Amino acid sequence: MNQWAFVMAAYGLVGCATAGLIMRAWRLMRSAEADAEAAKRRQ
Amino acid sequence: MHGYANPARFLKLARPATGWLLGTGLLLLIAGAVGGLTMTPPDYLQGETVRILYIHVPTAWLGMAGWGAIAAASISQLVWRHPLAAIAGRSIAPAGATFAALCLATGSIWGRPTWGTWWEWDGRLTSMLILFFLYLGYIALASAERERGGEGRMAALFGLVGAVNLPIIHYSVLWWRTLHQGQSISIAQGSSIAPELLWPLPLTMVGFTAIFAAVALMRMRAELARQKLEARLRRSAAE
Repeated sequence: MNQWAFVMAAYGLVGCATAGLIMRAWRLMRSAEADAEAAKRRQ
Repeated sequence: MHGYANPARFLKLARPATGWLLGTGLLLLIAGAVGGLTMTPPDYLQGETVRILYIHVPTAWLGMAGWGAIAAASISQLVWRHPLAAIAGRSIAPAGATFAALCLATGSIWGRPTWGTWWEWDGRLTSMLILFFLYLGYIALASAERERGGEGRMAALFGLVGAVNLPIIHYSVLWWRTLHQGQSISIAQGSSIAPELLWPLPLTMVGFTAIFAAVALMRMRAELARQKLEARLRRSAAE
């Protein structure tokens, strides 16, 4: 049994999930703040 | 804490803190992961799979700490009616659920070559799985309450009651001696892990924690901006 395959699978999974979590939160924040700013400017 | 009940004051602190936490967290995480993968020796018993420890332990810690933070926010909401408490709870839950799921997945990946099985209905594993389901329940309940325009009191009660599971997870390895090993690191007794294997762990622990905090802050900022927009639209419609 190649132990490195398990190690790399665990690191790959955690890396992808963490990157996804950060990117999703970043996009939510940027789009919400941009929408709020645009609405403020319109008024 | 009550000083930051004002969203404007909170945002003044949260805006610079988000970037700092994210940058520091990523740097520490990369340093810890590189160190854990390339600079530590294999364990005499577990071999190379011991390297999964550097990501499994922080995900377990954050899965539990996330719910601890939800419980604290719930108390703050129910007792002091802190205006940011419900937003904090809703913002922490997705990150907590992700880390609880990652803890289960990395534990399972470690278990296959070490224990010879992907899953066992052991006390620690089962209580951690229950925590993951509690997160899903909290997210569903908090979203439903938000959509109906509620204050999120039911979700806060759920967050508080769900905290009963945290000591069960922590003490499960002492109460039920099954497959999961006992505590390797404790404040009172120190660590039973060799120092040459242990040093990347604090780096990944602090790194993941900083990233978790940054994600929660970004979601809080998103929700505050959305609330501001909704209030503005309501005012415009009323005029």
